[in-house]
Amino acid sequence: MRNAGERLVLELVLISTLNGVLFGMLLFLMASGLTLIFSMMGVLNFAHASFYMLGAFFGFQISRYAGFWTALVVAPLLVGAIGALTERYGLRHVHRHGHVAELLFTFGLAFVIEEIVQMIWGKAPVDYRVPALLDFPAFTIFATNYPAYKLFMLLISIGIFIALLAVLTRTRMGLIIQAALTHPNMVAMLGHNVPRVFMLVFGLGCALAALAGVIAGPALVTQSNMAELVGPILFVVVVVGGLGSLSGAFIASLLIGLIQTFAVSINVSLADLFAAFGFAVDARSSLSDLQNVTVAQIAPIIPYLLLVLILILRPVGLFGTRER
Amino acid sequence: MNEVAERGLAALTSWRGARPRFLLWLAAALLFAGLPLVFRSGSALTMMSLMGIMIIFALSYNMLLGQTGLLSFGHAVYYGLGAFFVVHAMNAIVRAKYPIPLPLVPFVGGIAGLAFAIVFGSVSTRRGGTAFAMISLGLAELVASSSLIVRDFFGGEEGITTNRTRLPRIFDLTFGPQIQVYYLIAAWCILAMAAMYALTRTPFGRMCNAVRENPERVEFIGYSPAMVRFVAFCLSGFFAGLAGGLAAINFEIVNASYVGLQQSGVVLLATYIGGIRYFIGPVLGALLVTFLQLMLSDVTEVWQLYFGIMFIAVVMFAPGGLAGLLMMHAPLLRARALGRLPVPYVLLLAAASVVATGVIACIELTYHLLAKAADGTAMRLFGISLDVASASPWLVAAMLVAGGGLLARAAWAITVRAWNDAALSVGAPP
Repeated sequence: MRNAGERLVLELVLISTLNGVLFGMLLFLMASGLTLIFSMMGVLNFAHASFYMLGAFFGFQISRYAGFWTALVVAPLLVGAIGALTERYGLRHVHRHGHVAELLFTFGLAFVIEEIVQMIWGKAPVDYRVPALLDFPAFTIFATNYPAYKLFMLLISIGIFIALLAVLTRTRMGLIIQAALTHPNMVAMLGHNVPRVFMLVFGLGCALAALAGVIAGPALVTQSNMAELVGPILFVVVVVGGLGSLSGAFIASLLIGLIQTFAVSINVSLADLFAAFGFAVDARSSLSDLQNVTVAQIAPIIPYLLLVLILILRPVGLFGTRER
Repeated sequence: MNEVAERGLAALTSWRGARPRFLLWLAAALLFAGLPLVFRSGSALTMMSLMGIMIIFALSYNMLLGQTGLLSFGHAVYYGLGAFFVVHAMNAIVRAKYPIPLPLVPFVGGIAGLAFAIVFGSVSTRRGGTAFAMISLGLAELVASSSLIVRDFFGGEEGITTNRTRLPRIFDLTFGPQIQVYYLIAAWCILAMAAMYALTRTPFGRMCNAVRENPERVEFIGYSPAMVRFVAFCLSGFFAGLAGGLAAINFEIVNASYVGLQQSGVVLLATYIGGIRYFIGPVLGALLVTFLQLMLSDVTEVWQLYFGIMFIAVVMFAPGGLAGLLMMHAPLLRARALGRLPVPYVLLLAAASVVATGVIACIELTYHLLAKAADGTAMRLFGISLDVASASPWLVAAMLVAGGGLLARAAWAITVRAWNDAALSVGAPP
């Protein structure tokens, strides 16, 4: 029998790994759409996380009337349709004014969606609950109960991942999309209706983000600031993973998910580290703020540090093949 | 149409020469000096002070976006850090009794902005385009998150306060009353505007434009685009810090929201709505956005939604912004070919206001129905009492949107035809 300390560490590592993979898979559900849109159209879609938020709120609203399972199907379809319409009547119109105008359009859209959500559902979190069917602990690791709903989220996101992979590699549409990822001009030259492919991909990406919202809503907090919280992290995933690389986005999602989850659970500060090596820190020194910051506290910064470092050292991203 | 306007502007400036331009600046200074005599109320003074700050901030942002083609999502970093350094400097001056009067303190903000722009710019300006935009976003997030961790410097949630009246006095000015602060801001604003305008006329300013248009060619003729971007970034950081410093003096409190993403977003909105292709654009944008921020928030609680919709409308229909719309008419004005345009414009404006009324009605009705459910279903809109639960106000609103939309389409076609006729008559491409 191991001692209690070791068991605690092992438990922490196991739970954090599970949560990290789960968070990473959720990120990938959103980032896959974003990276497809970014790579094909060159538009960094600022509103992508807003579609995730719309998914969560639509899911909440629909599940109140028709149950969670209906919402799981209907909400992503609705949001996907809204996304496709946005591309057709908004983005395509702005396209001729250049990339900056497109980016600013999505920036404004994110702003407007957040305001509309606030107007309809208010600023406070809504009561979006885990469906009763899945509201039980799946298994127990040491002393921690792992909820079945989280396992369900993991399964759904893995299922979508496999389906996406199959669509992209096995269907004709998928092949065109893949080709458009790396050689968008060539695909247009070959006579494919690239604007229609763009619209479909935009809608699909939004639907995937909405799906992530529907399943993440009950586990996380469904609130009007949820887009703002996750949006910048998505950019980090896309940039770190590299342009035009879905596998890069996948690995970056898992990486960020794990880093975030582990960092949150490590409660060590610089001062503790100094103390471990025998340096005493004067608590009143002006730098005490910095020294007493724990790893958990700087967890929100880590992705952005990673983003800046990657952009400086390897601008094409970890697995990217080209620069825009 | 844009080309026409640009040619018109070039003709305009060469025709005027340097002396009339000096007179123009003098007129602007006199205008700034005279405004408080016309608008005497306290709220007007406050608004004009904020406008002055925003003008500097937006112009500094346009040094990046409009002139060098750098889209930044973190310009408030330099504004906010400038503000924080000014607040700390003011407190230090009071504490150690340094003989530095208040009017010179904003310079500290400029230097702080410049210093941080040198540090952050050295890593972010090597590339333009999306890479720069992403790094600016990452750095903005970094600074915004750090502002909540480093409590000593940023003062945590409540921020850092100061008292501007306790600094050494000059000419017996206390800077207690808002009118004195307004004149301080106005003076700095004129200085900064003139400096930034002069910068656009230098060879360096022209190189910035070249880097915006085609960095590859710039490299071929022997310049380093990265260096041009870096210098532009640093100068822009200086003026942003200056604006932040003035804001710190005006409010006498600085908190973490100064460096936040929201502040970066506001300056981007203001600059773009004003128009990034002309020097005067950000000034117009700053005036309009500050005015709307203060006025709309009194009139309606969902003012930010209108703000966002207005921004999207500008991006979609008038990518040149307000200044772009105005400057389009410069060549026509000189050729006296404007005569045929006012009628279609009035038609278009009327149709657009019908649509806007409908949209506003929809939004306000929805807001009242959902967010104000506790207050009952009765509300007043445009001075009319109505019941949100009944169908008629909704029907009227929907009819306004649909009917106005049809009218606007017709008016748009007429306007385009009239515009093309006018442009052709002066020999310009439509």
